[in-house]
Amino acid sequence: MFEGVPLSWFLVLSTIMFFVGVYGFLVRKNLITMLMSIELILNSVCINFVAFNKILYPDHMEGMFFTIFIIAVAAAEASVAIAIIINIYRRIVNIDVEKMNEMKY
Amino acid sequence: MFDFSYTIWIVLIPFFAFLLIGFLGHKFKPVVSGIVGSAGLFTSWILSIFTAYKYFFDVGKIDGVYQQIIGYHTLWLRFSDTLYIDMGVFIDPISVMMLIVVTTVSLMAHIYSTGYMKGEKGFMRFYASLSLFTFAMLGLVVATNIFQMYIFWELVGVSSYLLIGFYYERPSAVAASKKAFIVTRFADLGFLIGILLLSYYTGTFDFLTLTSPTGPAIGTPPTATFIGMSVMTWAMILIFMGGAGKSAMFPLHIWLPDAMEGPTPVSALIHAATMVVAGVYLVARMFPIYVTVPIALQVVAWVGAFSSLFAAVIACTQHDIKRVLAYSTMSQIGYMMCALGVSGMGGHEGLGYMASMFHLFTHAFFKALLFLCAGAIIHAVHSNYMYDMGGLRKFLPITHITFLIACLAIAGIPPFAGFYSKDEILVAAYHHDTALFAIEYIVAGLTAFYMFRLYFGIFWGKKQDYHHTPHDPPLSMTLPLIFLAFGAMFAGFVPFSALVTSDRLAFDIHTEWIIAIPSIVIAIVGIGVAYMMYLKPTQIPAKIARSMSGFYTASYNKFYIDQLYLFITKKIIFNNISRPIAWFDRHIVDGSMNGISYVTNQASDKIKGFQSGQLQQYAMVFVSGVIALALVFIYLWT
Amino acid sequence: MNILLLLIIIPILTIIGILFARDNKHVRVISAVGMTFQLIVSAIIILWYLAERNAGNTAEILFASNYVWYETLNIHFYIGVDGVSVAMIGLTSIVIFAGIFASWEVNDLPKEFFTSLILLSGGVFGFFISLDLFTMFLFYEIAVIPMYLLIGIWGSGPRQYSAMKLTLMLMGGSALILVGLLGLYFNSNPAGGPLTFDILEIAKVQIPLNSQLFFFPFLFVGFGVLGALFPFHTWSPDGHASAPTAVSMLHAGVLMKLGGYGCYRVAVFLLPDAAHEMAWIFIILTAIGVIYGALGAIWQKDLKYINAYSSVSHCALVLFAILMFNETAMNGAIMQMISHGIMTALFFALIGMIYGRTHTRYVNEMSGLMKVMPFLAVAYVIGGLASLGLPGFSGFVAEMTIFVGAFMHPDTFHRVATIIAASSIVATAVYILRVVGMMLYGKITNPEYEQITDAKWYERLSTATLIFGITAIGIAPLWLSNMITAGLGPVIQKLLLSVN
Repeated sequence: MFEGVPLSWFLVLSTIMFFVGVYGFLVRKNLITMLMSIELILNSVCINFVAFNKILYPDHMEGMFFTIFIIAVAAAEASVAIAIIINIYRRIVNIDVEKMNEMKY
Repeated sequence: MFDFSYTIWIVLIPFFAFLLIGFLGHKFKPVVSGIVGSAGLFTSWILSIFTAYKYFFDVGKIDGVYQQIIGYHTLWLRFSDTLYIDMGVFIDPISVMMLIVVTTVSLMAHIYSTGYMKGEKGFMRFYASLSLFTFAMLGLVVATNIFQMYIFWELVGVSSYLLIGFYYERPSAVAASKKAFIVTRFADLGFLIGILLLSYYTGTFDFLTLTSPTGPAIGTPPTATFIGMSVMTWAMILIFMGGAGKSAMFPLHIWLPDAMEGPTPVSALIHAATMVVAGVYLVARMFPIYVTVPIALQVVAWVGAFSSLFAAVIACTQHDIKRVLAYSTMSQIGYMMCALGVSGMGGHEGLGYMASMFHLFTHAFFKALLFLCAGAIIHAVHSNYMYDMGGLRKFLPITHITFLIACLAIAGIPPFAGFYSKDEILVAAYHHDTALFAIEYIVAGLTAFYMFRLYFGIFWGKKQDYHHTPHDPPLSMTLPLIFLAFGAMFAGFVPFSALVTSDRLAFDIHTEWIIAIPSIVIAIVGIGVAYMMYLKPTQIPAKIARSMSGFYTASYNKFYIDQLYLFITKKIIFNNISRPIAWFDRHIVDGSMNGISYVTNQASDKIKGFQSGQLQQYAMVFVSGVIALALVFIYLWT
Repeated sequence: MNILLLLIIIPILTIIGILFARDNKHVRVISAVGMTFQLIVSAIIILWYLAERNAGNTAEILFASNYVWYETLNIHFYIGVDGVSVAMIGLTSIVIFAGIFASWEVNDLPKEFFTSLILLSGGVFGFFISLDLFTMFLFYEIAVIPMYLLIGIWGSGPRQYSAMKLTLMLMGGSALILVGLLGLYFNSNPAGGPLTFDILEIAKVQIPLNSQLFFFPFLFVGFGVLGALFPFHTWSPDGHASAPTAVSMLHAGVLMKLGGYGCYRVAVFLLPDAAHEMAWIFIILTAIGVIYGALGAIWQKDLKYINAYSSVSHCALVLFAILMFNETAMNGAIMQMISHGIMTALFFALIGMIYGRTHTRYVNEMSGLMKVMPFLAVAYVIGGLASLGLPGFSGFVAEMTIFVGAFMHPDTFHRVATIIAASSIVATAVYILRVVGMMLYGKITNPEYEQITDAKWYERLSTATLIFGITAIGIAPLWLSNMITAGLGPVIQKLLLSVN
């Protein structure tokens, strides 16, 4: 299905996704959006894994497995993060990251 | 050879008495303490008499020479193979003589105190301290080595401290006790350094080795010098400094007059007859070494002579009878020191040594007697001051007679004890140095004057209105007076030149009338002047005082030596050394420690800004870091 | 089983016992029983040690046991004693025994208090019996850290400040020590092969002079901080002033001795060449410390400050004597540690008792106490006289041994330093007698003091134990001196070798 798609396309896509995620994480103030940015970063990594696996080592499955692991971990992480965010929201009725600066000196 | 090892008990019995009284005294009535103390001392006294008899007249002499015997010794502390401290009993003529003096006077003081201190609150404490003192003093005189002497030297110092401060609720007594201890302690520092020097160069503490003519100190003295004087001279001068402190020699004498704050029996025992002559005893003990270092001996002579004159002048102007006696003690000890200083070694050359010991012996009797009489007088009139007294001869007949005997003895009127010993000192000084002789001669006259000033002022003069009639003290107090009066009368007849001499060989002396007659004359002149001035209240003393008002005031104020010391200690040491050090410690040393912690704190305060709590800021730094590293790796790491 | 292990096991058992105690009284009784056992065991060890020596056992170390603890780094749990450490064990057990009774009236969190106190003493015991540098350091830390809690929680005055200062300065010291120890460790086998922390093994090795010179200051200053080496002594006045009674006792009495012992056992013993090279610096510092502490004490008003400065002076004398490198002076140093340990513990105990009665520590506010509390007053005078070096008490024996030993040096520098140090005996007399005169003598000025009662039984027990210790050494010093001299042998030999 992807026979004709060169590896560089995948890499360009994942790089764009990665930096979109980083940009989102650094700039957006909403915790949910930041979480979504993290998901973007993770998914860009997943794309890389799958692409490299498929094109460089078609006989192996490690890249696929790793991607599945990442998806599982990301799900768990997202649930924990959202739980934390909900708790924070309950406490201070806000999910702006700049309000969350209690953890300093 | 006769076994002298029992002599250790002479020393130990008072110590056990001290322990007994100290630990169990409060369980019994006070009088029990007095009995225990006196009984213990009586045993020591008997043993001392026995020892003296045995030593001098039975077994002590071999081929005409009195032997130096180590009666008992045991190792106490070992520093190295050659330096170690023994505790023991050294028996030779001077130590046996001192045993007699100390036990006799101490016994008299013990008996006297049962009457004098009756009803005092600290009766038990008093006897405990008295026993401790006697133990320490006996340990000092029988010391076999210089370190044992130093140990007991300190112990007599502390028992003196405890006894001067006996009336501890009285601020003056507390101050006096403190002063006595610290001044003598300062002198002891010199003593200690002297011991260190001496022991380093000779490799021993032992008196027997030190004073032996072939020993490391005399036979092969060290040749090292320090600032122009041989180390032996330094050592002996420093050791003499210790002796001068204990014996209240100028300028370390300031504690002695103040020490009169203690109970009078204490003054008699410690500050007249025994402890204060420890310095003389020390010099006598080391005398064979002193003879080899003439400069040190010269120092001894001049310090002694100057002190005797200085104290005699002050004694003429004091009103407190105990202080007069204190200065008189200082003056008489100056005499003894001077006699040692002018002495040589062996035979008639050693006349000064013999005279000094002789004077020490007789002085103990008459000075203790004077103090005990003063105690009886104070007991009767409840005042220390001459101007509160007068005409007491009718009320205190026994005290009067005994006091008169003591005054005659100290003034040097034959046939009382003082005449003989003082005469020998004058002869020795005359043959050595005319200047010293002149000083001592003047002092003899002054002594007669101030003693009879005291005598006439107290027992004659105008009669005071006493609140209640003064009366002679009880038997327990008069008995010691009578006993000591006999001593003051007859101690002069002891043939000292046959018993206690510098080389322990007997030699002949004869009274040199060319010295003796002038000395009697000046004593009589002194008495005569006192008679004219003080028998009846006259205007003469006041007139003389006015005519030399500057000198009189200076003498009355003890030549301001006390003020000088106060200035040095209070102003210089306390305010200008100790206080700045305390400040320096708080602010500079500790301040720099606090400064380090302050700097650390500030640095942390500056750095902590990084930890802002802003999540995205951290992430920004992180990402830029990663990018920077990536760039480094890509472009620079080739 | 090795009897020395008991010295560590008993404190642990006591702590466990305290944890199960129901009330204050139980806590006190358990602590007292435990420390009594400790005292008995120490006495047995001393007697046994002497018996072994008399029986002709000339081994350098007695009762040695060596267990491998962490093989990779060659760390052992190696214990054993010689004459010096036996003496220090005796000192520690006397002081902790008296300390328990002196803190009989601690009612604020007694469980935690006694636990920390006993933990501290366990650390000290462990330190003195260790022959492995690593375990020694471990026990050192165990001894130092409870101090922070003890002062910070049960102290008085600016206690947090003092506790912080004390702990930080001591920790700074232990950082230096750690560097020094690692230096020793990595130099412990120049021929290649396994490195070791074993003191006796390192002592056999000739460490290159360069490394010695580099690491000696770390070790000497590091231990010196705890031994109140001028100018690193300032934790002492503040720390002592804020600490509760028993803690002051243990701290001045025992913990400061860790410093002296460490200087002796580690710095001088293991790095003898550097010690010879650099001694002059520290001799100057300690001689200053001796006189400086004494003069500083003269002006103080607070009893605890006076005693703390006095400790600075006395402890400086310990280090001073160690640096003289001869048997007599070192013997004096060890005796001075023991003498000062007991003496200062006595002082702090008495100060605590007096403070409990008068509620002030300022000497100028007190007077005439001799009349209302004769027992405590006499005990204070005895302590004072011992402190100013009166014969018949331990202080004299120790000081004289030091001075005679120090004076044996042939060169003028050491002699002059000795004379300077010796002159402290006058200054000591001044501040001791000043306090005695102001506080105990005179008339009672404050009417409240008329109601003061004399010592209770546990206070009497505490003071009497310590006074017994002082006088026993003071009257019959020979056995102690001999015991220590026997232990000094290897150190002296090594020092002599290094001169040649």
